Amino acid sequence: MKNNFKYTAFIVLLLLVTYFVFVFLISSKTINNYYQGILMLIMINVMLAVSLNLVTGFLGQLTLGHAGFMAIGAYVSALFTKVSELPDILSFVIALILAGIAAAAAGIIIGIPALRLKGDYIAILTLSAGEIIRGLIIYFDEYTGGSRGMKMIPAYSNFSNVFWIMIITIFVIYSIIHSRHGRAVIAIREDEIAAESVGINIVNYKLFAFCISAFFAGVAGALFAHYNTLLDPNNFDYNYSIEMLIMVVFGGMGSLTGSIVAALGLTALPQILSDFSNYRMLLYSILLIIIMLFKPSGLFGTHEFSIMAIGGLFKGKKSKTKKRGDL
Amino acid sequence: MPLLKTENLGITFGGLKALSDVHVEINEHELVGLIGPNGAGKTTFFNLITGVYTPTEGKIIFDGKLMNGKKNYQFNNIGIARTFQNIRLFKGLTVIENVKTAFHSSMKYSPFSGILKLPSYWKEEKLIHEKAIELLRVFSLENLINENASNLPYGQQRKLEIARALATNPKLLLLDEPAAGMNPSETSELMETIDIIRKRFNITILLIEHDMNLVMGICEKIFVLDYGMIIAKGVPEKIKSNPKVIAAYLGE
Repeated sequence: MKNNFKYTAFIVLLLLVTYFVFVFLISSKTINNYYQGILMLIMINVMLAVSLNLVTGFLGQLTLGHAGFMAIGAYVSALFTKVSELPDILSFVIALILAGIAAAAAGIIIGIPALRLKGDYIAILTLSAGEIIRGLIIYFDEYTGGSRGMKMIPAYSNFSNVFWIMIITIFVIYSIIHSRHGRAVIAIREDEIAAESVGINIVNYKLFAFCISAFFAGVAGALFAHYNTLLDPNNFDYNYSIEMLIMVVFGGMGSLTGSIVAALGLTALPQILSDFSNYRMLLYSILLIIIMLFKPSGLFGTHEFSIMAIGGLFKGKKSKTKKRGDL
Repeated sequence: MPLLKTENLGITFGGLKALSDVHVEINEHELVGLIGPNGAGKTTFFNLITGVYTPTEGKIIFDGKLMNGKKNYQFNNIGIARTFQNIRLFKGLTVIENVKTAFHSSMKYSPFSGILKLPSYWKEEKLIHEKAIELLRVFSLENLINENASNLPYGQQRKLEIARALATNPKLLLLDEPAAGMNPSETSELMETIDIIRKRFNITILLIEHDMNLVMGICEKIFVLDYGMIIAKGVPEKIKSNPKVIAAYLGE
């Protein structure tokens, strides 16, 4: 615990350095618009993977509707900023919060029936819920533009705000996992009957996890909308949900750092390989098969990657990863 | 007033009467045994008085409160903790996390202070950490706190499960076959542990057991179940010589 302050200070410093390096690279045009676009997509995918991990990795429920929550966030925020006459920043902040709340509400609505189900059935339910959301967006084309898409969304997202919102998302979910509420969520994953026997209200905590997870998916959707300035309902089909799930599984269910690394790698990889576009899906799938064969629990399993442990490596200590719960 | 009282308690699964007409009274600070042949309904009884099943007839009164219709976790919050016949630990978590998880209901900070790591978060987390270690010390598990629960040997897993149940600060502790699969020396160690926790935590214990040495050795009162009915109750000496009990166990 003593090193805690030092550790936090180090992380904050590292984040600031990363941030300013990128800001410098972007302003000096070393990172051009194309790469900046990939960067934004990476950060949004990190948010999505981390928030999905709360439900899939920590609560242990397989869900396939995350893109649906993202879509709700995207459309709600875009509808708001398009009509809002408030100053840009204020309007964007309100839009982000609205997006989160709308998605969280949807998370609860879908969570309630999902509570009665287990395993594969939850996957089917959430998959169809995601598709229903997309269907509704297409149906109400008066407001959403339907299949033609929604255009002229103000471009409020930039590297700075997306970066810090991503950091906040990671921090909030990390904190939840390391609080008593997170322990309750993890206990449900480990053994529902035992969790109830130690006084944990399973229904509440499942909804809690669904709600928080959907909230951040909604916020990520809002950032996406205001970066892309154009929304097409087909952006949010189940393929995207599956892609997010792959990131979570790839990084390790129950490892936030795993999700971050996987989201980064799996978003960047197809872009880097765009020269070999014929083979990139092949490579992508081979990579997945290799991971599932040799490390079925994902890159990090349930462990967290820790910078302290790398420091320890130089001092000759063995452990490379940090167990959840160590301070 | 008894701590736990069941009146006319019964449950049917489809057409099968698993338990019927069970009257049981357990007073505070008693150590009570529940025995009976396989399939007699002992674990079903545990599941009823922890809210896993809802009784189809009769009443459960705990600490003066009618418990019928309450949910599983509410039984625990009111003061009934249990262990399971086939150990149910949080296997992927460490020893100390298992115990800390069980302190959940006694902690008060909100999700909000958990997220922002407000002082109340640090204060309670520190307190719980110390309490958990103290509790694990009773079971001599304090050196294994960062070990994965699934890596512990069987006997220690049993102990950890009891420690986890105690962490919920119960008034009544239910042990479902705590000595199952243990060798004689582990069993006698367990008997000591049960005695210690009862005195130290000042709680009431109800245990299901097949090991007659253990039951007769430490229980003050025994209930015998057979075919879903209580066929005998009383002090161990009387139970030993009760013809109905002998018939149930050995056949006539």
